[in-house]
Amino acid sequence: MDCQTARHILRVTNSQGFHMRPCAAFAALASRFQSEVKVLKDDRAVNGKSVLDLMTLGAAQGSELTLELTGADSKQAMDALLVLWGTFAEKSEPEA
Amino acid sequence: MRMSDFVVRDAILPDLAAVNKEGVVREMAASLQAAGCFRDGDLEDVVRAILKRELLGSTGIGRGVAIPHTKHNSVERLIGTVAVSHAGVSFESLDGEPVQVFVLLISPQDRPGDHLRALENVSRCLRDDGFVKALRAATTRDQIWGLLEKYDH
Repeated sequence: MDCQTARHILRVTNSQGFHMRPCAAFAALASRFQSEVKVLKDDRAVNGKSVLDLMTLGAAQGSELTLELTGADSKQAMDALLVLWGTFAEKSEPEA
Repeated sequence: MRMSDFVVRDAILPDLAAVNKEGVVREMAASLQAAGCFRDGDLEDVVRAILKRELLGSTGIGRGVAIPHTKHNSVERLIGTVAVSHAGVSFESLDGEPVQVFVLLISPQDRPGDHLRALENVSRCLRDDGFVKALRAATTRDQIWGLLEKYDH
């Protein structure tokens, strides 16, 4: 089996931080891939396919996360997750 | 931002009567209002805001738990409450399962940091299957408060 590991830095730019809605979207997309998805903050790694796990990061604006993917579809997963991450940037979204 | 720092003890609901999403939100918000957390006139507005957030995506994140929340200027600091439905309520959860444990968060409009820290803490607690199981078995407000103090330290 071809297990590739891909890594990328994610910067939290939204003033609301990495809150529930982006966590849920991220976990949902990550879950569509076979690869293992880890998100690291300050040397702590959580399962990127779990909304609850992602929210335990408490990643505020300005935080830096590391996305680490391991698996045969890690490249596709990385491409997709990075596109999604880009949509989390600050915009005039309705925020409850 | 421990749960016992912002959960309003008097507003804890160990036996929710509500049988649907709006009912749960209404019952929990009313409980906070009855505990003096915001003005009478604000209740409908707060309920509307919480339900509006649900339209953007269910806060039922699976595993039988939900974290409905909103930002609203009727509160001066972040407050919350915990409620348990022993029968379970359909909440359009991500895993399609009913929800038994609810944690409602209401924070002021201009404190994203507090909201995020509360979410972080609540999530850490709800990841603990022992905590969730114990909450589901709890039947009194005091038992639930005791669990918050025991598990979130």
